[in-house]
Amino acid sequence: MASHRCLLLKGVKSMSGINPVVGAKDVKPKKPKKQKSSALYKQEHRVAFLFVLAPVIGFLLFSVYPFAYSIYASFTDWNGLNRMNFIGFDNFVKLFQDPYFYQTLYNTVFYMIGIPIGLGLALLLAIALNRGLRGTTFFRTVYYIPVISSLAAISIMWAWAYNGDFGLVNQVLEIFGVQGPNWLENTSTVKPAIILMAVWKGLGYSMLLYLAAIQSVSKSFYEAADLDGANSFQKFLNITWPMVKPVTFFLVITNIIGGFQIFTEINIMTPTGGPEYSAASIVWYVWQKAFKYYQMGYGSAMSLILFIFIFIVTVIQFYLNRKSDYSLD
Amino acid sequence: MKKQKRITDIIVYIILSLGSILMIGPLLWMISTSLKDKTGVFALPPQWIPDPIQFEAYTKLFQLDTLGYGIKNTIIVSLSVTIVGTITSSMAAFAFAKLRMPFKDWVFLILLASIMIPYPIIMIPQFVMFSKIGWVDTLLPLIVPGLFGNITMIFFLRQYLANVPYSLIEAAKVDGAGYLQIFFKLIFPVIRPAVAAQFILWFMGVWNDYLAPLIYLNSPEKQTLQVVIANLKATYAIQTDYPLIMAGSVVSLLPVLIVFLIFQKQIIESVALSGVKG
Repeated sequence: MASHRCLLLKGVKSMSGINPVVGAKDVKPKKPKKQKSSALYKQEHRVAFLFVLAPVIGFLLFSVYPFAYSIYASFTDWNGLNRMNFIGFDNFVKLFQDPYFYQTLYNTVFYMIGIPIGLGLALLLAIALNRGLRGTTFFRTVYYIPVISSLAAISIMWAWAYNGDFGLVNQVLEIFGVQGPNWLENTSTVKPAIILMAVWKGLGYSMLLYLAAIQSVSKSFYEAADLDGANSFQKFLNITWPMVKPVTFFLVITNIIGGFQIFTEINIMTPTGGPEYSAASIVWYVWQKAFKYYQMGYGSAMSLILFIFIFIVTVIQFYLNRKSDYSLD
Repeated sequence: MKKQKRITDIIVYIILSLGSILMIGPLLWMISTSLKDKTGVFALPPQWIPDPIQFEAYTKLFQLDTLGYGIKNTIIVSLSVTIVGTITSSMAAFAFAKLRMPFKDWVFLILLASIMIPYPIIMIPQFVMFSKIGWVDTLLPLIVPGLFGNITMIFFLRQYLANVPYSLIEAAKVDGAGYLQIFFKLIFPVIRPAVAAQFILWFMGVWNDYLAPLIYLNSPEKQTLQVVIANLKATYAIQTDYPLIMAGSVVSLLPVLIVFLIFQKQIIESVALSGVKG
């Protein structure tokens, strides 16, 4: 934060003719005295309204309207072209009897096994980077490269790496005398393969957030622990872990919400949803139904279920967030 | 004690190095594959450094019309969205942070709720909406929604602006500056570092987007780069032309990678901050 304040002051000083109150705390303006300057306030209201108008219109037009429409469409036999007929809960009844729906939902949740694995590794890496060894910046950059890389390109690359005969993964395994399977064509290996790739791609992001959190822990805690003769593990358990808990929480929630939306990897690595649909995710199935078979009503019903899952996770986040001392500011 | 620390340091170093080989190895292998010829891919034992190094795949790639279209369309979409969207977002952030407006915080909270409605939830009606006005197979459905701003960016800029004292704006008003003038002359320079970081993050997001272009774009001359390389994979895997497929992926990765390496300090700081702030 210190650097930001610096920048702010620089910005302030470069303005001529204005006398900044340096170091003054954020002074909220006093309650408007209505009778005195209401015209001025009205003008300010108008300007503020105009300034926020674009995102508000965008929100109504591209989020609220489609969302409301989607709820309505869930109860129709909509195919995107013909008239929509109201069919009540038929889509949902059909959905709960659809084995592919359960399969894809199961797969989607299965992929989330990668979340604790990734977070554990990320935390270990962050602790290692926090030792202040030389080259920390270099390592940080290297671990972050997969994060910024295009998911489509990464998926194409990993699809090739998982190739049974000539892929990188099996070639490396062969050095250790292991004969690897044809990863993406095998019902039992396709999901672990995709999880491994997702962990690889997301590691740098979680690591970065953990590192920032660890670095913000006051050194005096550790010094005090040293005086008390605590060992590294005790220090981790009693200082580091509680201090990074908010970050863990944030990462778990955002990863779950993101995990529900997994699509690109699936569609590129297993264009047919994998052997016996063993790789297909829920969003992939929605996409398939809506844009390949034009069952838009059915697809909408499925996305509504998906929304409910995401909504529940978000509400949990909001509730727990308010309870912990960790706040949005 | 000191000796023990040294040994731990060395072990940590080895682990970190092995880890970075795992992170960067697949990418290097992708580049290496793209520099082989079609048969070199299947050489045993596998070659990490292609012998001979061939640029055949890249020559072939750049002769494909689709690649040129892909690059052009991706640049059009990502630049128009991020440039216009950044202006609308930062003006809104200014209003939310510093101007008086009835129900301001409520409007902001409701906008923030849109984070809860991820794209896959609304993609079906949005598609039909755009198809009704004839925008399918054009870049417009990818561009227009972004022009109205991005709530994540508004959120972070609003946070950033919380540090700017009101007295500053009041003083500018006393000096007779209009609101637009205050925004462009006073606010924008102050929030520029935050804007830059958010701009880059958004740019990379749009550049890498795959689902929306996949839904909207059909004809080859309309497709974006991510869809083009995915199609390359589908088409050329049968011919086992892996060098060409990998070359396509390298080309799509490179611009973002370069942007990242140039601005890595700002990007990493801004991302780290976003986590701490939640």
